[in-house]
Amino acid sequence: MTLATQTGKLPVERRGVFSKKLSGILEPYLYVSPALVLIIAVMLMPLILGLSYAFRDIRILNPFSGGFVGMAHFQTLMSDQAFLGALANTAWWTFGSLVFQFGLGLILALLLNRAFLGRGLIQALVFLPWAVPTFLSGLNWAWMFNPVVGPLPHWMTSLGLMAEPYNILSDPDLAMWGPIIANIWFGIPFFAITMLAALQSIPKELYEAASIDGATTRQQFISITLPFLAPTIAITLMLRTIWIANFADLIVVMTKGGPADSTQIVASYIFTQAFRRLDFGYASAIAAVLLVLLLAYALSVIALRRAMTHSDN
Amino acid sequence: MASIEIANARKSYGAVDVLHGIDLDISDGEFIVLVGPSGCGKSTLLRMIAGLEDITSGDISIAGNVVNDLQPKDRDIAMVFQSYALYPHMSVAENMSYALTLRKTAKEKIADAITNVADILGLSALLERRPKALSGGQRQRVAMGRAIVRKPQAFLFDEPLSNLDARLREQMRTEIRKLHRRLGATSVYVTHDQIEAMTMADRIVAMHDGIIQQVGSPVEIYDHPANIFVASFIGSPAMNFLEGTYETKDDNGADGAGIRLSDGSLVAVLPARGATNNQAVTLGARPEHITIAPDANSGLAARIDLIEPMGLSTLVHATLAGKPIKIFTMDRPDYAVDSTIHVSFDMEKVHVFDTKSELRLPPVIEPHPGHRD
Amino acid sequence: MTLTGHTSTRKMLYWGSHYLMIAAFVIFALFPLYWLLKVSVTPNDILYTEGVRMWPSRTTWDNYTFVLTQSNFPHYFMNSVIVAGTTAAVTTVIAALTGYAFSRFAFRGKVIIVALMLITQMFPLVMLIAPIFKILAPLGLTDSLTGLIIVYTAFNVPFATFLMQSFFDGIPKDLEEAAMIDGNTRFEAFRAIILPLTLPGVAATLGFVFTAAWSELLFALMLVSSESASTFPVGLLSFVSKFSVDFGQMMAAGVLALIPACLFFLLIQRYLVQGLTAGAVKG
Repeated sequence: MTLATQTGKLPVERRGVFSKKLSGILEPYLYVSPALVLIIAVMLMPLILGLSYAFRDIRILNPFSGGFVGMAHFQTLMSDQAFLGALANTAWWTFGSLVFQFGLGLILALLLNRAFLGRGLIQALVFLPWAVPTFLSGLNWAWMFNPVVGPLPHWMTSLGLMAEPYNILSDPDLAMWGPIIANIWFGIPFFAITMLAALQSIPKELYEAASIDGATTRQQFISITLPFLAPTIAITLMLRTIWIANFADLIVVMTKGGPADSTQIVASYIFTQAFRRLDFGYASAIAAVLLVLLLAYALSVIALRRAMTHSDN
Repeated sequence: MASIEIANARKSYGAVDVLHGIDLDISDGEFIVLVGPSGCGKSTLLRMIAGLEDITSGDISIAGNVVNDLQPKDRDIAMVFQSYALYPHMSVAENMSYALTLRKTAKEKIADAITNVADILGLSALLERRPKALSGGQRQRVAMGRAIVRKPQAFLFDEPLSNLDARLREQMRTEIRKLHRRLGATSVYVTHDQIEAMTMADRIVAMHDGIIQQVGSPVEIYDHPANIFVASFIGSPAMNFLEGTYETKDDNGADGAGIRLSDGSLVAVLPARGATNNQAVTLGARPEHITIAPDANSGLAARIDLIEPMGLSTLVHATLAGKPIKIFTMDRPDYAVDSTIHVSFDMEKVHVFDTKSELRLPPVIEPHPGHRD
Repeated sequence: MTLTGHTSTRKMLYWGSHYLMIAAFVIFALFPLYWLLKVSVTPNDILYTEGVRMWPSRTTWDNYTFVLTQSNFPHYFMNSVIVAGTTAAVTTVIAALTGYAFSRFAFRGKVIIVALMLITQMFPLVMLIAPIFKILAPLGLTDSLTGLIIVYTAFNVPFATFLMQSFFDGIPKDLEEAAMIDGNTRFEAFRAIILPLTLPGVAATLGFVFTAAWSELLFALMLVSSESASTFPVGLLSFVSKFSVDFGQMMAAGVLALIPACLFFLLIQRYLVQGLTAGAVKG
C-alpha cells in the first residue's frame, strides 16, 4: 500500500520539480518580455539600421538609391555650412533654454516648498504649461510674438525695446529667442517638480538641528539644501541638456529653422532632411554625428563628476 | 494538523551560505519557537517552510510529503507577518475570508467560519472596517484571524508581536498560547525576543549563524544551555561570564574542582566532565545564582557599580575580578556605589564552559538527578 | 520688544516678496493660455482693431462652432483620442508588468535591461525617424493609427516603467506573500492585491503617457500623410501652413486640443510629484 502510493506519486513530483524550477526562473522574463520586444524592435533595431544608413545612399523617392557610399555623407557634412551653423545654434538653444529653465525652476520649487494658503491650487496652475502639448505651446507662442494677434511686440514697443511692433521670429538676429522663451515656459515645471520632489525628501530634523545650532536661513540653504539637491541637480541637468538638444518640436512649429537657417538646430535639421528632402542617408549621417557628440558630452560630464568627487576625498 | 520535517536544509544566496544544513522534526500539534539574534537565519528557515524562499538543498516535508517544489498556495499553511500584511483595500471580513474565497468554499460556510473566528478573537464589531481604521492590536488580531479561519496544516508566525507595545505584547503572548491549546495546531514561531521564546514554546530552537545551537524545552535550555551562545542569549538579565582556568585541587591542596579567576580567587564548582587541570574555561553564573554574603569573612570581594531597583527585585551591578557582573536579589540592599561587598556562587547551579569550543562541560554527577528533563 | 518688531517686519517683507514671486510665476504660466482663450472668443471683425486689449468688447462662439461643424478637426480629435488613449492603456499595462518585475525579482540580465531602458531615454529620437519609416512602410504601418500607437508605446514604455516601479517599491512585499500563502499564484496576487493598491500610480502613468502621445508631432508628421489618419497636432499644423490663416478658428482648435491634456494633468499632477520622488529620469 505504502509502496504503491510511493511509486505512484514519484513521477508527478518529478514533473512538479521540473515545471516549478523552470517557471520560477522564467517568470521575471515573462513580465519583462513585452517591453523588451518593443524596445528592441522599435528603438534598438532602428538605431542600428539608422547607423548603417549613414554610410548608404537612401533617398525615398529615388528608386536607384540604396548603394553603399562609405564616408561620403560625412565628407559632405564637414563642408555643409547649414550643418555647422546648426551645431552652433544647438549649443545656443540648449544652454539658453537650460539656464533659465533650471534657475527659474529651482526658485519656483523653493517657493512651493513652504506651506502657504492655496499652495495645492497654485502648484497645479504653475505646472500646467508642462501639460500643454508641445506643438500647441509652439503655435501659441508664435501667435504671441505675432504683432497681428499677439501682445508681446506691442509691449516691447511701449517699453522702448522696439521701434515699432514687428515679429521677432522673422528677424534672423532675434528669432532664436522665440523658441527659447517658449521652451523656458514649457520646461520650468519639469525642473520645479523634480527639485520639489528632492526638497521634500530632505529630513526636516536637519533644519531643526541647524537652527538650534544657530544657522541662519542662508547658512541652512548653503549647508543643507544645496548639498542635498546637488545629486538631483547634476543628473537632471545632464539628462535635460541631452533632451533639449534633441528637442526639435518647438523650432519646427515656430520657425521651421528659419529665417535663413538662423534657428536651425541639428535635431530640426535631421528632421528637415528626412521629412522634406526624404534623404534618409544624409539625415542618418547627421544623426550619427549628433549621437556621438551627445555621448561624448555625457561621458565627459560623468568623468568630470568622478574626478571632482575623488579630489574631495 | 501535521508534522513538519526538515532534513539537511541549506540556503545560500550566491556564495553566501545563510543556513548550513538544518535538521528539525516538529511533531503534530507542537508549538516551536525559533529564536536567535537578527541575521541568524530563523526567518529564512520559516520562509522556506512557507515556500517564499527556495531551498538550495535538502528537504522540507509537511505531513509526510516533500513540499520543496510546491508553491506557497499549495502547502496549506497560514502565516502571520510582522507587518500583519493585511490587504488595505479589503474590510476585516474580506481579509479573513480571502483564502476561503480562493478555495471556492461555499458562502454560508465562509460566513460561519468568520463569525466563529471573529467571536473567538473579539473582532465581531470590526468586521466591516478597513485595516487603516484599526489599532495595532486589532490589526494583529485580524492577521491571526485570517490564519485561523483557514484551518491550515500549520501556522507560521514571523515576529508577529514585535510591532506592539510592551503591555499588548504580554497580553497577546498569553492569548496565542491559549489559542494554540484550543486549536492544537502545529505552529512555528519566529522571534528574537527570548522572553517570548521562554513563555510560549513547547520547544525552543536556538539559532546562530545559520546553525541550530540547541533544541529543547524552555526550562531545559535555561538550565542546561549547550554552549555560551545559548547561555548568553536566553535569560534576562543575561548570564555572567568570567574567564579563568580549571583546577582540580583547591587552595588547601584537597581534591575538588574550581575555577581560578584572573584576580587569583578560586570559585568552587562541581567537577566538570572532560575538564582537565589548567584548561581555559569560562564560568557562567546567572544573576540569581550569585548571592551577596552577609559579612566579609566568606566569598569574593566585588565593588558596587550601580544599584538598579526593579520593583519586585533589585539588580546589583558590581565588578568582580575586573569584570562587570550582575547580581539578582529579592532584598532591598542599600550599598553605596564603590563600596565593597562579598559574593558567593551557587556551586550546583553555575556552569563551566570550555573557553575554546564554547561548549558547556556538564558536571560529572548531576546535582539533582530527579530534576533532569 | 524691538527685536520682535524687527522680526515681524522681516517676516512680512519675506512673505510679501514670496507672494509677489509666486504671482509672477502664475501670470507667466497662465497668460499665454489666457491669450489663446481670449483670441478664440474674439469676433473676426474686431480681432485686429482690438489686438492688444485684455478682453474684447464683444465675444462669440462662432470660431468654436465652425471648428466643430465645418472643419476636419473633430476627425483629427477622434484620431488623437484613439492614438493617445490606446497608447496610454497599452503602455501602462506593459510598464506595470515590467515595473513589477524590476521591483520584485532579482534575475539574470536585469541590470542590462535596466541600463538599456535608461540609455533609450538619452538618445535622440529624431534619428529613429528614417529607419522607423523604412521598417514600417513594407508592413503597411505607415499612414496608419496602429503604426503610430506601436511607435508611441515603445517610446513611452521606459519612463512609464520607472514610474510604475517607484510606486511598486512603495508597497510592502509582505502583501503578495500573504496572498500567495492565502492561495494566489504570484501573478494572481499581482493582479488582485498589488495592482488595486497602485491605482494612483496607474493613473499617473496613464495621464503621463496620454499627454505625451497627445502632443507628439514629429513622428506623426513623418509617418502619416493622409487626412484620414492625421492626429490633432498634424491637422493643426497643416491648417497653419495654409493661406488665409484664420487666427480665431485656429485658437479655438488649440483650446480644444488643450482640454484633454489639461484635464488629465490636473487629475494626476499630485501623484507625479510622488512618483518622481523615487524615479526621476525624464520629462
